[in-house]
Amino acid sequence: MTSQVSSPADQQRSPGSPAKEVRRLERVIIRFAGDSGDGMQLTGDRFTSETATFGNDLSTLPNFPAEIRAPAGTLPGVSSFQLHFADHDILTPGDAPDVLVAMNPAALKANIGDLPRGAEIIVNTDEFTKRAMAKVGYAASPLEDGSLDAYRVHPVPLTTLTIEALKDSGLARRDAERAKNMFALGLLSWMYHRPTEGTESFLRRKFAKKPQVAEANVAAFRAGWNFGETTEDFAVSYEVAPASAAFPPGTYRNISGNLALSYGLIAASQQADLPLYLGSYPITPASDILHELSRHKNFGVRTFQAEDEIAGIGAALGAAFGGALAVTTTSGPGVALKSETIGLAVSLELPLLIVDIQRGGPSTGLPTKTEQADLLQAMYGRNGEAPVPIVAPATPGDCFTAALDAARIALTYRTPVFLLSDGYLANGSEPWRIPEPGELPDLSVRFASGPNHTTEAGTEVFWPYKRDPQTLARPWAVPGTPGLEHRIGGIEKQDGTGNISYDPANHDFMVRTRQAKVDRIEVPDAAVDDPTGDAGLLVLGWGSTYGPITAAVRRLRAAGEKVAQTHLRHINPFPGNLGEVLKRYDKVVVPEMNLGQLATLLRAKYLVDAQSFTQVTGLPFKAEQLATVLKEAIDG
Amino acid sequence: MAETTTEAPTFEALSLVPKADGKQTMKDFKSDQEVRWCPGCGDYAVLAAVQGFMPELGLAKENIVFVSGIGCSSRFPYYMNTYGMHSIHGRAPAIATGLASSRPDLSVWVVTGDGDALSIGGNHLIHALRRNVNLKILLFNNRIYGLTKGQYSPTSEVGKITKSTPMGSLDAPFNPVSLAIGAEASFVARTVDSDRKHLTGVLRAAADHPGTALVEIYQNCNIFNDGAFEVLKDKEQAQEAVIRLEHGQPIRFGAPAEDGLGSKGVIRDQATGDLKVVDVTVEGTEGVLVHDAHAASPTTAFALSRLADADTLHHTPIGVLRDVRRPVYDTLMTEQLEKAVVQNGKGDLGALLSGNDTWTVVG
Repeated sequence: MTSQVSSPADQQRSPGSPAKEVRRLERVIIRFAGDSGDGMQLTGDRFTSETATFGNDLSTLPNFPAEIRAPAGTLPGVSSFQLHFADHDILTPGDAPDVLVAMNPAALKANIGDLPRGAEIIVNTDEFTKRAMAKVGYAASPLEDGSLDAYRVHPVPLTTLTIEALKDSGLARRDAERAKNMFALGLLSWMYHRPTEGTESFLRRKFAKKPQVAEANVAAFRAGWNFGETTEDFAVSYEVAPASAAFPPGTYRNISGNLALSYGLIAASQQADLPLYLGSYPITPASDILHELSRHKNFGVRTFQAEDEIAGIGAALGAAFGGALAVTTTSGPGVALKSETIGLAVSLELPLLIVDIQRGGPSTGLPTKTEQADLLQAMYGRNGEAPVPIVAPATPGDCFTAALDAARIALTYRTPVFLLSDGYLANGSEPWRIPEPGELPDLSVRFASGPNHTTEAGTEVFWPYKRDPQTLARPWAVPGTPGLEHRIGGIEKQDGTGNISYDPANHDFMVRTRQAKVDRIEVPDAAVDDPTGDAGLLVLGWGSTYGPITAAVRRLRAAGEKVAQTHLRHINPFPGNLGEVLKRYDKVVVPEMNLGQLATLLRAKYLVDAQSFTQVTGLPFKAEQLATVLKEAIDG
Repeated sequence: MAETTTEAPTFEALSLVPKADGKQTMKDFKSDQEVRWCPGCGDYAVLAAVQGFMPELGLAKENIVFVSGIGCSSRFPYYMNTYGMHSIHGRAPAIATGLASSRPDLSVWVVTGDGDALSIGGNHLIHALRRNVNLKILLFNNRIYGLTKGQYSPTSEVGKITKSTPMGSLDAPFNPVSLAIGAEASFVARTVDSDRKHLTGVLRAAADHPGTALVEIYQNCNIFNDGAFEVLKDKEQAQEAVIRLEHGQPIRFGAPAEDGLGSKGVIRDQATGDLKVVDVTVEGTEGVLVHDAHAASPTTAFALSRLADADTLHHTPIGVLRDVRRPVYDTLMTEQLEKAVVQNGKGDLGALLSGNDTWTVVG
């Protein structure tokens, strides 16, 4: 395929600069680390945007504490942003950084353990005061005691240089100092030949009401760039060519999981021609969806910030009764509170999306870190037999498609549906091919409009629980439709009429019918990637482990190993061919960021000896580590 | 007999709800389901009053929805031939909020009880009231848990002997009217199940109110708390116990004085600023408060609600305590949607998905 990236890659080469060495790299992993208040997430976001615009493939891992401003200079207060970018198709934010930007001693100490020998470290020497070092337990300066000899250290007085660069800006010293993250960004942008116009126009937009601050940040950014260009310490800069071959033709943007999920919900509403209604209560890491949807009222989106999690889903369910595409967004603790209402939605058989951006648990757990430990809660966490379909996106961009798919299931089968994303997908980002609206699925629904049953006496009546014989979905008769007045509730209903029924046989029938409805949901077969066709090992994952698992599989195949891979988007119901797929392989390994929840489901349903590999560190798997585990499984 | 409102209702609050084609009767609002409350339950009277009142609204009945929680009274929607949802314990105001705020063309009613609304669902009730969603909440207060067979409720008097409190209940009760006024309610009324005319008058005023209307209905549970409101119903006792409020009328009750109005009056104590009951035949009628349901400040309405003795129910005000206009949540929500379209144009999905920073890969 011949392809080209339209973004000009050479605009940043300033004319007449001294000829420094330029090296070509295939891929780079950079980690920006600093205090929670140092603006590391913003710095990372900007570098990511420039990298996306440049045409590299990329994957990001923001990692920050739950405290908004933990005590300055402490290890718990360290916030970081890791970015992996390459001239080819990549899948993860990378295992180990090639470059660490450490804004203070705490950032160095918290991250040094992740660096391989030979990595570059750019440190802000201004922050390496005795006091700051003592705060994190450095008895002697690591910049001087030889402990960093295995790395290539660039000591840069970032704070001093920033203040110096802004001395004519009119800003107080304290305010000028705050632009040091932009100095660092400028320096890194020079090192990696990133375009700069986007960041400059971004800063002017962001600080539109404070032009002085905008210009100071632009000045700091440029000063950082020029510092790289002129300082001898930075003798080499690096080029990472656009990943032209990695991307099918199309228009691309960078997108995070929560943004993609929000867009997916709006798209679903448009494709279904139903107004979107979000009932939600703020919770990390799901709140960004509430924020994003609140900005798009011109799509007819109603967002309701409720008094609690229960009211969030309650309002959504009320809107669903009224004919809206209803959604509630939350994380694990919120799901626990919503459980009774989810059960009601199962009983009422109304469409409802429950978006769970999973985080570390139990209880409050690790609010800003990732985990996949809500799977069994989604599957079983209700009283009675209350089956709920589960859909899980695999990558940040895939959150868009998964939201549409979850909406399809909810609307077609008149059921609540779980959409299980997680903190890693929510905040991580990747290039995403923007779909044309014409490519999106038709989700149109037909509300009930008239009687659907003739009584023995010959009267035409409406039965709210008379089902579609194919899907077993009941009719969706919304208030305002004349002649279809009916009452539904959480008490067991008589098949057909929907009237209260305590009849034993009817209850048995209704429980089995609700289960059968979910079991019958059409989901595509699991695709198996087994290039040689004779692998003995199948690695099977779900959700956000897709990137690390696929990267590990690639490593193994590059080393000549045979391994098959499949990844589940649908966990309830499972794909129809899954049992057959599992039985085809001698060994099945299931990596999960929990203690083996999917493996438990697979073992129970298919009686296969699925082996778990689990990790609950609040961080995604590393490809290297997974590759080792899978190699052991192949050899063992 | 006192009227609860002096103004003719316009039902402005329901102006967005389609009207019925023809004339309706009470029968139109009866569903085909057998009513299953205990014989003699006060709920029957309320159901009859509501079914009897509905034709007066003249709304298309398919645009009326009753939403309830859990409890005896929450079976109410099954008996109304409208749309209805019997939901889960305490959550009806939240569910109704979602329905009302997404469908301005519906008349949404919540039926709840003292346990449902004030115990398990207390949070949703107060937030619905402060938001002022276009909901009419009928709170059946029987001061007992009926469906679970007779435990004390959050409105039971202190010391109540029940199955769960054999030595008497310890916790002080809520006064639902005081609570609602404290929660910024724009409409608060109280009525009694057995007084059909008064009940209907209060329903009429509630239906006419734009925003959340809370109607507390004292309702007799003849099985577990029989006679709880007898003092308000027995003709002789009621004369002294009940303060009938009418907007624009002096607050007088008790045996008639020479002027034909009650011999007792409510005045403001000049020393404390609080309200108190006086004998007007002794103290004269000067200073007797004229009830102003539309007063901007909730202070007097709250003070009126505090006249009632929680144990004996003496000096219980009934009628509309408060009825003021303030912005309605669902109307504001709709306005924001319209404003967003004016400001940004109707949403364009293609433009949204593209955003500002894109790049193109050509094949």
